Amino acid sequence: MNTEERFSRQRLFHGIGRSGQKKLEESHVIVIGAGALGSLTAESLVRAGIGRLTLIDRDYVEVSNLQRQQLYTEADAAAYTPKAEAAKRRLLDIRSNAVIDIIVGEADPAVLENCLPADLIIDGLDNMETRLMINDTALKHRIPWIYGACVGAYGLSYTVTPEEGPCLRCLMKGIPMEGETCDTMGIIAPAVQFVSATQVTEAMKLLTHSFKQLRGTLWSFDVWSNESSSIRVDSLQDVHCPSCGESPTYPALAWSGRSKAETLCGRDAVQVKPLPDMQVSLERTADAHKKHLSKANQHLLVLNIENKRLVLFKDGRAIIHGVSGEVEARSLYQRYIGG
Amino acid sequence: MQITLNGQIQNIENSQTVAELLEELQVAHKKTVVERNGIIVMEELHKEEGLKDGDRIEIIHFVGGG
Repeated sequence: MNTEERFSRQRLFHGIGRSGQKKLEESHVIVIGAGALGSLTAESLVRAGIGRLTLIDRDYVEVSNLQRQQLYTEADAAAYTPKAEAAKRRLLDIRSNAVIDIIVGEADPAVLENCLPADLIIDGLDNMETRLMINDTALKHRIPWIYGACVGAYGLSYTVTPEEGPCLRCLMKGIPMEGETCDTMGIIAPAVQFVSATQVTEAMKLLTHSFKQLRGTLWSFDVWSNESSSIRVDSLQDVHCPSCGESPTYPALAWSGRSKAETLCGRDAVQVKPLPDMQVSLERTADAHKKHLSKANQHLLVLNIENKRLVLFKDGRAIIHGVSGEVEARSLYQRYIGG
Repeated sequence: MQITLNGQIQNIENSQTVAELLEELQVAHKKTVVERNGIIVMEELHKEEGLKDGDRIEIIHFVGGG
């Protein structure tokens, strides 16, 4: 394959040029999550000639993914192929000399630190807890990272750099727990594509050292209602922030700063405990899951989801019956309850 | 009262403050960043920050999907 020809149109673009293309080809990027966002972002990076890609995902391909997760096929869904593996295979079809490392498993602090050094981390996740872990890992190792998320027709993105501006923890001040996820509100592919396009563009700017061109704002849009917004968030930077402030403690990297999943002995069930500062509303959760709801009282509610039974308590704890293990339990919790 | 919300002109009937507007838009329970006429309104001031006709309001709420 003639690489001169392959990347010729990208090199012609004034913002990249020959030196920018060389920088892209020398870069290592970690993409966390290989769902709709992550798989699309991985494809764009590989096509752009990224030097090395590490892709981390805990999930396998399902039929309901195929409407928007563009790397995957019916054969992948039929074979329950792990997303990271299916993605790697397809990405090597696209660019046979690409260097792609995959991890089939949860992105925890140790797994992520093992993938370093890297020039950039890009978020393709479906939950906030892991995003805060990325936030803390990236800041600790002075690596930029790019937040991106979407639900329905809505999406948003923000670029965190260690040098300046607030981090994601400064902006959110806690974890939203509103139960609005792609599994409850649905999602259309163009919303994903918008977010991924923004993340990949910011990635290209960072990797080619075009720092002046970085967007510098928190940005959101709704492709259905045609609303969009861009806010300069500098004033939200918190000097006492435990992630990016003067004396950081990186709470999301500590064991106490993570949710817990434990198998309950002899019950074919796993208990998931969310982070202490998450608040669950039984009422709103019941409202968001009318078609899954089988029982509710003032202490708990019972949801039947994907042939599993999820019992959610007022304190945010859930006991999930019928799952294969702790990874599946945590994934189900984050997809349907939030976090 | 007419305001420009996320770039679109909207009539707001029941809200006099940022906090009430977030309720009216059903995003009060979410994590949000709010800007009024180019200046961020801190969360602890949402109840005090009044709205005026012609205001330019930007509201971004966080979601977790992807």
